[in-house]
Amino acid sequence: MSSSEAREARAGVEVRLENLQRRYAATTALNGLSLTMAPGELVALLGPSGCGKTTALRLLAGLEEADSGRVIIAGRDVTNVPANRRDVGMVFQAYSLFPHMTARQNVEFGLQLHKVGPGERRERAGEVLELVGLSAHANKFAHQMSGGQQQRVALARALAIRPKVLLLDEPLSALDAKVRSRLRDEIRRVQLEVGITTLFVTHDQEEALAIADRVGVMQAGKLEQLGPPMEIYSRPATPFVAEFVGLTNRIPGEVKFGSVEVRGTQLPLVQKDVPTGPAVALVRPEAVTITGDGGMSDGPLVGTVIAVAFLGATSRVTVDLGDITVLAQLPTSAAAEHPAGTKVKLALRPDPVLVDIHN
Amino acid sequence: MRRSRQIKLQVFRGIVFLVMGAFFLVPIAAMFEFSTRGNSVTAPRTLVAWTNIFKTPDLVDAITASLELAVITSVAMLVLLLPTMVWVRLRLPSLHRVVEFLCLLPITIPAIALVVGIFPINRWMRINISDSILMLSFFYVILVMPYSYRALDAGLAAIDIKTLSEAARSLGAGWSTVMLRVIVPNMSSAILNASLLSVAVVLGEYTFANLLTYENLQVAIAYVGLVSAGTSIAVAVASLLFAFVLLMILSFVGRPRERMARAEEPIVPK
Repeated sequence: MSSSEAREARAGVEVRLENLQRRYAATTALNGLSLTMAPGELVALLGPSGCGKTTALRLLAGLEEADSGRVIIAGRDVTNVPANRRDVGMVFQAYSLFPHMTARQNVEFGLQLHKVGPGERRERAGEVLELVGLSAHANKFAHQMSGGQQQRVALARALAIRPKVLLLDEPLSALDAKVRSRLRDEIRRVQLEVGITTLFVTHDQEEALAIADRVGVMQAGKLEQLGPPMEIYSRPATPFVAEFVGLTNRIPGEVKFGSVEVRGTQLPLVQKDVPTGPAVALVRPEAVTITGDGGMSDGPLVGTVIAVAFLGATSRVTVDLGDITVLAQLPTSAAAEHPAGTKVKLALRPDPVLVDIHN
Repeated sequence: MRRSRQIKLQVFRGIVFLVMGAFFLVPIAAMFEFSTRGNSVTAPRTLVAWTNIFKTPDLVDAITASLELAVITSVAMLVLLLPTMVWVRLRLPSLHRVVEFLCLLPITIPAIALVVGIFPINRWMRINISDSILMLSFFYVILVMPYSYRALDAGLAAIDIKTLSEAARSLGAGWSTVMLRVIVPNMSSAILNASLLSVAVVLGEYTFANLLTYENLQVAIAYVGLVSAGTSIAVAVASLLFAFVLLMILSFVGRPRERMARAEEPIVPK
């Protein structure tokens, strides 16, 4: 089988997790998780520590057993199949290269176990090392490589066996910011080139939004929302998603006649059937603008700038409105006009907002 | 200032090295001196006591038996302890303390008390299985367990055994492959340490063998000592030197990866 044929053969399997349950003593790690991944899709599971995202990945890998539910890969129920027979490649959070082997030997390890002959083994190891840009480092041991290089070899090793599914368990979390961002792009490039169905687990929202076709935000063992990154960010389905993904202002208001009145501004609601009464509106900093100098005027959206954080192209301005502080994200040039201490008047863009009626 | 402190440190190291060296070597030198004395004060030096070792069949048999016991005990200890410790670390971490307690327990019990406990078992084994001295290895495994456990535990703690074994499993490895091709090669130093400690303990063991009426190296030395003090001291020196050589092997051969790392220029992370 040529490498392109092999690529076509392994690309595009559907993966289904059906109603997975997993408990550890008194803790429920997964509470009926269901997820279908389309062939060749990269899904990122995002959530805080302990939300069950790594457990979901480990159940898919076969490294743990589910209390109930099913794992289906390419139409085959693998729920009770051991990890070494699942045909799944995995890259771990911790550096996982075998220290007594060179990069090439690490990559060839899985191929040997799959009874691939020495000639083809060498050829395929060379191919995947080239794919991750490490051909020149094939004869180095793990301790002679940087963290980023080790994770790239681990990726090559996982891909070498041509698995049906690729699992990435926070593979970038041990790396510094620059290497992290570069490797993130590289993982995406390789994944698209190989076309393998991939589950990527991370607690870093920027990483998830940048790399995934769809992002699943998890909390307490359940998927809160699953959708394309843009949808997750701009149309969060729950207050948890709104607050976990990106920054959010929590501004008290009042729900009336299908909208929420926030400090004199009517904002449409994302949720339907919200009962009338007090609620907290979740407003993104980019939906807050500074309309001008507060001067001597007074009003619910007039306040004093207390801090300006430079973020590059944009800046984040913190405005004290007396009873609450509000973040506004502005182009840096606009933010420069309002240094700390100046009085400003804010406006809220009338984007649909979520409200939290429990607080 | 810094240089003078370095010199002081080096002098201190040298003194410690000399004192410790003397502490170990003076008794051995004295034993060697004693084993080479002639029959009278004025008699010239002689190696008769040393050549007697090979002329005493019981002694040669005892040396052979002790070496065989050392090998069997080391292998049995590794086969029993290593998979158990790996399994406990991977699957039953809550039992780690229990296993540690059980493995260290023999060091807290006097050998004489252990012998009393195992005496009936030994009698049954002699009658029903074999009367060979090699049966002692069953009990020696218990005896070496505390030392071997510590060495293996240190080796296991030095590698991320969970991640490495899971990585190997995800690549298609069964548990035997994980053990033999991933875990064992990465803790070769610890395995060597544990084995050599076992060998040293077995070669120096006297109480079990004597009370259970087997003749191993130490028992034979004691018997020979009754007839010829010089020969018994010669054997004792030889066994100490043997243990010393083993420890040297431990120091110089037991760290292949460190040597490898030094031999090759490390790559600066980018």
